[in-house]
Amino acid sequence: MATNAANWNPGKITDKYPGVPYEEKLRLFAEVKADARYEDYLYGCYECGICVSACPSARFYDYSPRVIAQTMAREDVNRMYEILVEDIWNCAQCFSCVRCPRQNSPGGLVTLIREIAVRNGIKETRDVLQGYSRVIYKVMLKGNQVSPDMLQPDFFPDWGPWVRSFQGNMNLWRQAIPVDSLRGVTDAAWKTDDQTLRELYTIWFETGNIDLIAEIDEGLYELLLDVMEEALEDWA
Amino acid sequence: MSVSTLLSFDELLTKKAGVVQRDPAQAPTHDLRETLFELEAKGELIVQRVPEPYFEVKTKYGRTKKIPLEHTWHHKSCGQCGHIPGYTGSIFWLHRQFGLDHVDPTDQTSCTGWNYYASGASNAVAQLAVMARNFAAAYETGYYPLIHCGTSYGHYKEAREELIHHRQMRDQVRRVLDKLGKPLVVPEEIVHYSEWVHAMRDRIAARQVVAMDHLTACVHPACHYYKIVAEDAIYDDAVFGGQRTATVTATLGALGITAADYSTWFDCCGFGFRHVLVQRDFTRSFAVQRKIDVMKNEIDPDLVVTHDTGCVTTLDKSQFSGKAHNFNVGVPVLSDAQVAALAMGAHPFRVVQLHWHSTDWRPLMAKLGIDWQARWAEFEADLDDIRSGKKAGLTWAEADQPVVS
Ligand code: SF4
Ligand code: SF4
Repeated sequence: MATNAANWNPGKITDKYPGVPYEEKLRLFAEVKADARYEDYLYGCYECGICVSACPSARFYDYSPRVIAQTMAREDVNRMYEILVEDIWNCAQCFSCVRCPRQNSPGGLVTLIREIAVRNGIKETRDVLQGYSRVIYKVMLKGNQVSPDMLQPDFFPDWGPWVRSFQGNMNLWRQAIPVDSLRGVTDAAWKTDDQTLRELYTIWFETGNIDLIAEIDEGLYELLLDVMEEALEDWA
Repeated sequence: MSVSTLLSFDELLTKKAGVVQRDPAQAPTHDLRETLFELEAKGELIVQRVPEPYFEVKTKYGRTKKIPLEHTWHHKSCGQCGHIPGYTGSIFWLHRQFGLDHVDPTDQTSCTGWNYYASGASNAVAQLAVMARNFAAAYETGYYPLIHCGTSYGHYKEAREELIHHRQMRDQVRRVLDKLGKPLVVPEEIVHYSEWVHAMRDRIAARQVVAMDHLTACVHPACHYYKIVAEDAIYDDAVFGGQRTATVTATLGALGITAADYSTWFDCCGFGFRHVLVQRDFTRSFAVQRKIDVMKNEIDPDLVVTHDTGCVTTLDKSQFSGKAHNFNVGVPVLSDAQVAALAMGAHPFRVVQLHWHSTDWRPLMAKLGIDWQARWAEFEADLDDIRSGKKAGLTWAEADQPVVS
């Protein structure tokens, strides 16, 4: 039988999320395609697998950057939904896949799809990011992703006894750093001016970034809003 | 075909090392800087020029890139400052040793790219605005941004492309900057600190006091340095036949260290952004099985040298769990800046802050002839003074002086 529109099913994909209406999946697909960067990240796919050979996540997960590019290029709406819900969180965002002979960036596509999963408050996305909230809290309020006080044995047991010894010495060791902007700072990576943080908060409000947080963690959103609004009121 | 007609291992390597021809006229990508200057001529943005004195290097397609040597605004890295402060300290210490004019700003946020890559909990315009705010802050001081983090560097290069190619994004960013009362400024070159170390490597080597020519290292090149906007990384025909970025490897060469090849050179470290914080089974498996264990089995290096925040953290901290699984681990991981500082006699604890590294660095110190016990005793005395309130903290006055001469 010849391939036609009715029987065309290139990946022999079964719809893993039949409970989600096709229209909803299509809406999300269209949102990905509408991103200004989409055209820069996908030019079509040879299905050569060069990206897979370079991909760290493909070695340890049932994950393939080729599938990401291929799914988008074939406009496979059902498979894209599965990618949005599951696959994207396996990507290490290393961009080893940009060695693609077609100049695609499967990792870039993942970045876009993640953003859209967050923006739409997809349940599985909220679940995946649950343990990550403290990092979002830090980056939104301090402008740094990590700080010394995040190095706690409970969070990094696999880093061995060093973390425990560090924790006991953290305050002292932070005083013993000659760099002025670092010395003594434990709740951020360096000292940041209040005005700088107010400007950062303004960016989060003006670009709608703060609203994204509401989609994934309402409690965190309220907390951030309180602190930021107060800081900006003082400025005003 | 008989076995005798096959190329030998050495012949294969020689063949692979054939020098790459670089001709900017044949480059497959457009030189973004030309578009930047066109946008400036139209009044759309300000291009901050690389200040003199600068050092010229060749990038992937043979274009020339200017690396500022001083008058630099240090765009610090949160992962370095927060978890590997001797990395930041070494960069500043080197600048101080050479008396190079620079600023360590407090009007700086991180690029916030780590979070963006990890969670997607941001958006493109917010990311561009964070970059533009930092660049405007640098411009206002008159100093030129020197970017410490590999991810900030890659992220900003990509963001610069987006700014240049997408008028709508430019307009959106400009509106945010208007609220902040800041101009839209884009530096002529996005420069990573390791490019500065590369540019300074002969001057560093001229002041080397700790011999390192008996060391063998494996270099781990940072993905976000040379894979994102690949054309902007430094290449040198004398390094790996010009087929791999020369940054770090050339610096080690200048210091006399043998940078040995290994089969997973191009692999990432396993950092993964989100993975390193909340899904480390992937991170530690990759770091140990694809990097450290391979380096140890193939080369057994004295140290691993890299040039980014996440790579130092991942490759260093993951080794503990590798040991529990009987992998071949146990090699210290340092940045190029820390190695350069040690070579010039920096204090291993006051400056290089080795106590923040978890894999045993003592055998390396012993091999370098650095009396780390004596240096640790000095540092402990500093800690006692801080504990007793005799001094508030360590300052450059105590850390500037090289301890090996
Ligand atoms: S994305 Fe690129 S590298 Fe990957 S399979 Fe498609 S063409 Fe090949
Ligand atoms: S960015 Fe993601 S898809 Fe691309 S190589 Fe890295 S882990 Fe694989």
